[in-house]
This record gives sequence, structure tokens and C-alpha cells, in this order.
Amino acid sequence: MNSLRPYVAAFVARFKTMLQYRAAALAGFTTQCWWGGLKVMVFAAFYGHSTHPHASMTLAQVITYTWVGQALLTLQPWGGDPEVAAAVRTGGVSYDRLRPVDTYTWWFIRATAWMTARAVPRAALMFAAAAVLLPWAGLDAWAWRAPADATQAGLFAISLLLMILLGAAFTMLINLCITATLTDRGINTLAPALVILFSGNLIPLGLFPDWVQPLLIAQPFAGMLDIPTRIYIGALSGGAAWGGLALQVFWTLVFVMFGRKGIDRVMARLEVQGG
Amino acid sequence: MNACYLLRRYFMTSIRAQLQYPASSLMLACSAFLTSVIELAAIWALFNRFGEVQGWRFGDICLFFGMVSISFSIADFMSRGFDVFGNEFVRTGDFDRVLLRPRTATLQLIGYDFRLRVVGRLLQGLLVLGVATRALEFHWSAGAVALALWTTAGGVALFFGLIVLQATLAFWTVESLEVVNVVTYGGVQAAQYPLGLYTGWFRNFLIFVVPIACVAYFPVLAILHKADPLGAPGWFLPLAPAVGFVFLAVSFAVWSLGVRKYTSTGT
Repeated sequence: MNSLRPYVAAFVARFKTMLQYRAAALAGFTTQCWWGGLKVMVFAAFYGHSTHPHASMTLAQVITYTWVGQALLTLQPWGGDPEVAAAVRTGGVSYDRLRPVDTYTWWFIRATAWMTARAVPRAALMFAAAAVLLPWAGLDAWAWRAPADATQAGLFAISLLLMILLGAAFTMLINLCITATLTDRGINTLAPALVILFSGNLIPLGLFPDWVQPLLIAQPFAGMLDIPTRIYIGALSGGAAWGGLALQVFWTLVFVMFGRKGIDRVMARLEVQGG
Repeated sequence: MNACYLLRRYFMTSIRAQLQYPASSLMLACSAFLTSVIELAAIWALFNRFGEVQGWRFGDICLFFGMVSISFSIADFMSRGFDVFGNEFVRTGDFDRVLLRPRTATLQLIGYDFRLRVVGRLLQGLLVLGVATRALEFHWSAGAVALALWTTAGGVALFFGLIVLQATLAFWTVESLEVVNVVTYGGVQAAQYPLGLYTGWFRNFLIFVVPIACVAYFPVLAILHKADPLGAPGWFLPLAPAVGFVFLAVSFAVWSLGVRKYTSTGT
């Protein structure tokens, strides 16, 4: 148990620090309201009515999907950990190497804290706005609905946890890329393009053409929003939901394996900058 | 009178500096291109599934999207100095030096930086226009081209005005407020779709508060020779981009108010 203590401490410390950025959370919330609202209106116009013969999801499901996606935005790996990038730039990375902890786990834990601490206030605000305020204002049709049923809610909780781990495992790959290339500019502009399209953040993956569906669900980014959200709205249930969870676990393990292998290689010939 | 000469010098210096890192500039431009092409993929997927929306086809949306992307990219190219104004000039006190030089602050801020990566978005806008032309089998008459250029000019003025307003806020907040990105980037997003898709108050917001509809929706209707299904008068459609210039003028009026109020934060 003692060997876990530094990691727990690192998580708690980072989590508390990130919670302090209240103005950033508010700004993020404003942006997410705008984007979410815009998408909801566009989807409503495309559907015309609450269901559409060519779509497998109902409008209410797509709207809930949109709000959940906006609420969980910071749980998605939009770029590397800025503190890792700064450590690489300034040479502070050598301190991380000197700590009597496993560098991969250390960075991984800090990444999960960084992502979840920013997600908590944003998700709470988003929920208050879309699930409480909107129905209260009479815009019930545009509201964030409750999960399909208790089973789906339970599965969603597991899937959400897996989404955080998968996101952190991918963040670690970005971190390694930053450590190897000594700059975060290239990968931090490329990663968002992949994440926004393949996670379902831009539009729900289920709305893409039917012939790409098997590919879309199998690729790793689906586990970073689409799978948990589909479970939440009840579009993925029973055996299919368990399959989704298995895919999330599979991709997390693959990313962690690559990350662990990569970190050994990168650290073996790490150039420390600064002076 | 040598303002043009100075701008050209600023421009050359900035471009030459970025060309010192050709791979980085190219990659950033490619990413900008990729990011906006991905948005097109989403629009395509929606039309592929739903066929059409309120009588609008994929090509129509591409025309809206392409026009507004081009306008925004040009405005973004020229306004970097205003974009980072809060953090790079007000907070550091560097604006004092700008004010001391015998040229206007506007000229110096425009010349601050011209970012090559913006070319990615511009290319994407042109590509989307190409897609629109093919999808609609649109014939670009001289009138349509002139109207498109006029729309772009109005759009550049509007987006430039928005970024100047963002910079002006920094006189009070000292830091750059990213919230304005909601109406610039978010505005580009909103202008992709025809106004009829939105609910009433949001429509009014896009017409009267941040008049993005006037530099995208209305003039594009004129280019397409369509009447506005929402009932805007026909004579107004081609004239709408003028609103962008009015907005720019108002923005600069507020800006000079801010400059007069400015107290240095530097040491």
C-alpha cells in the first residue's frame, strides 16, 4: 500500500490545483453552451420531427448525446499534458526522471487528475444548464435527458471510467511524442483533428453512413466519447454494451503497452534542454 | 504616406521569419486545413443521411461555409496583433512603446505578425467553394464573382471588427479574453448553416448583435438568386455586407475610446 502513496498524492495535488482555475472553467462552459446549442438546433432542423426514417437514433437521443459530449469535453485527449511539455522545454524533465517512482505511472496519474479536475466543474455547469435550466425554461425538447434505465446508468459509469483511462493512455502517447520531438506544436495541432472526428464529438458516430459503422465502432477513438454516450442514451445495450466496454479495455491496454515500450526508448536517449 | 511601404516591410519580415522554419509552417498550415476539412466531412455525413434540410442541399451549405471561411481566414491573417493584444501588449506594458512611435497603433498592430498557417483555412475555403460549384453546377457569372468579392470584403471587415473589440476589452481586463472566440470561431460555425435552421432569438442575435448573417447568409442568397424564405427584402440581400463595414467603424470608435482610457501596466 505504501508504494501507492506518492501516486495518490500526485493525483490529489494536481486535482486540487486544476480545480482552482474557475475563470477557465466558466469560459469553457460558455463556449460549450454555444457549440452545444448550435448543434442541437442544427440536428433538430435536420430531423424535422422527433424521429427520422433514415436515422437509427431519435432526436432526443442525439440531443442528449450532444450535451453529454460537451460536458465531457475535457476528458478527451485534445493534446499533451502542458506540464510535461513545459518540463521537456525547460529541462525539468530530469527532475521527473530522478523521482523514485515509475515515470510512466507518474505522468499517467497526473494526466488523469488534469483531465478529471477540469471536467468536474464543466460537467456540473453543463448539467445544470442543459438538464435543469432548459426544461425549466420550457425548452423540454432540447434538454439533456436522464439515462435510459438503471442498468444503462451503471454501465455508463463503468464506461466513463474506462473513457478516462483510455484518454489518459492516449495523452501519454502524445506526451511521449512531445518528449521525443522536444516540441508540442506539431502533435498538439494534429491530435485534435483525429479526436474531434473519430470520437463522435463533431457529430455522433451513428450518423455517419451505415457502411463505415463497423470501422467507426472498432477504432480506438470511439471509446473516448461515443461508446459511453451511446450506452447512456440506450443505443448500445445488453451484449453490445459489454462489447463496447471490452473495446475500451482493449484499446487502453494497447495504448499502455505502446506507451510503456515507447517511454523506455525515448528516455534511453533523452536530450535534456535548459541550463 | 509611407504606411503602405511600412506594411509591406512588416509583411516581408514576418513571412521571412516563418520561412526559417519551413517544416513547422507547412505542418501548421496542413493541420489548419485538415481541421476544417473534417468539418466538411461532418456536414457531408449529415446530408448523406438526411438528404436535405428545409430545402437546402449540400452544395448550398458548402457555399455558406466556403464564403465565411475565406472571410475569416483573411481577417485572421491581418489581425494577429489585436488577437494577442491583451497578453502581449497590455499586460507587458509594451503598448506604451507602440504609442510612442510616430505611426498609428492600428498600423503597428496589423503589422505585428502575419501567420502563414492561416493559408490552410483559406485553401479549405476555396476548396469548399469548388465543391459547392460542382454540387450545384453553379455558373460563376461576372456579377456573381463581384458579389462574392464584396461579400468577402464585408466578412473580413466584420471579423476584423470583432477581433478589434476583443482587443479593446483587454484595456479593462488586462488579459486577452478567449470568450470572444465564441463569436469568431463559433460565428464561422453558425454561419455555415442557413438562418432558418435556428430559433428566433438566435437568428436575431446573428443579424442584429453580431451581424454574421449579413456577411454570409444574406449575400449568398443573392449569389444563388434565391429569395429569403424568412422574408428579408430582395434589395437588402446584396447590400447586406455593408453592415460589416459599419460594424468595423463602430469597433474602431470603441477602440479609440479604450486607447484614451489606457493606463500603462508596465514598469
